[in-house]
Amino acid sequence: MRNLASLLFTAGLAFLLLVIASQLDFGNPPMRVGEAILSEAPAEVGAANIVTAVLLGYRGFDTLGELSILFAAATAVGMVLGRRRADAPHDPPGGFILSAGADLLFPLLLVVGLYVVVHGHLTPGGGFQGGVILAAAFFVAVLARPERSLNHMAISLIEGLSGASFILIGLWALVEDGAFLQPLLGRGTMGELLSAGTLPLLSAAVGLKVGSELAGLMAHLSDTEASDG
Amino acid sequence: MIGFSLETVLYVGAIGLVAIGAVGLVMSNHLFRMVLALVIAEAGVNLLLVLAGFRGDAVAPILTGPEASAVMVDPVPQVLVLTAIVIGVGVQALAVGVLLRVYRAYGTLDVRELRLRMELDIAESAGIEPPGSQHAPAGERPLPPAGAPAEEVKS
Repeated sequence: MRNLASLLFTAGLAFLLLVIASQLDFGNPPMRVGEAILSEAPAEVGAANIVTAVLLGYRGFDTLGELSILFAAATAVGMVLGRRRADAPHDPPGGFILSAGADLLFPLLLVVGLYVVVHGHLTPGGGFQGGVILAAAFFVAVLARPERSLNHMAISLIEGLSGASFILIGLWALVEDGAFLQPLLGRGTMGELLSAGTLPLLSAAVGLKVGSELAGLMAHLSDTEASDG
Repeated sequence: MIGFSLETVLYVGAIGLVAIGAVGLVMSNHLFRMVLALVIAEAGVNLLLVLAGFRGDAVAPILTGPEASAVMVDPVPQVLVLTAIVIGVGVQALAVGVLLRVYRAYGTLDVRELRLRMELDIAESAGIEPPGSQHAPAGERPLPPAGAPAEEVKS
């Protein structure tokens, strides 16, 4: 009975969504905001990657909100899982192949992650994507060697400093230009590494924050004692 | 209705993922499967959002010169999806953390089993009799109806 009801509900939901989708003019969306941003962003923000221009320029305040959601999730995981006891047994190590592979991957992932973060305003990528790659470097290390846990203090220090610097850059723009998170420092030449004003700084802050947040989540999950035994 | 084209395939795929996630969320009895169903539904929603900004023969919204050289897709849905993915990972990690605690406290992730054990736990800490349920009815077993085979009663 319950299964039948839920199947009916899902079929209705899918039907409604399909009908809405069939009414839309596919491949020709009404993009009023999108058109305005596409025509004005190159001159206004000066970032070659318009997605980053929207993320950190036009919707910078929303990005701050999303960072705080991530912060709340990481804090809640720390609160739910608690601190491990000093004498609790660790998971067994991952073996030779996994740890050798992790040693090889760790510097590569760090370099790729930093590249993606720093070039966020020029190429596909940015703080969020690069931050996840940075966190993946630490995931691999933790999964290969569970007995060497990450330093929780250092992670929360990086996390707090990067989050604070994002807000400080925003406040600096508020004092200087009268609008929170307004891009400062001139636009520069489009396509160069040092262009688009404060966007690379904001991107680096977001990248470090996301990376340390996710690495902290992983550290908490892997530090959890498997059983109370 | 839409014909069988690229459009149909994309929309049916995205909406199908949402539907699969919804079915899994409602019909599964295991908490970890519910989290996985949530992940699938989220992927479907993200695909739908990206599809909302799709434009025929347009390029990604990244400039290669000082002026836009071609038609570009809508950048706003891409930004929304970009942040939604990372937020989704955070929410999934929180869900898995809660599941770890549940497993440590009750030793199971099966919803029906969990409900039983939690009811017993609550009754014990409140110092009252555990409530009767379908699996363990309170009081004496009712007598089997006359003439019924013994095997059926046992099962």
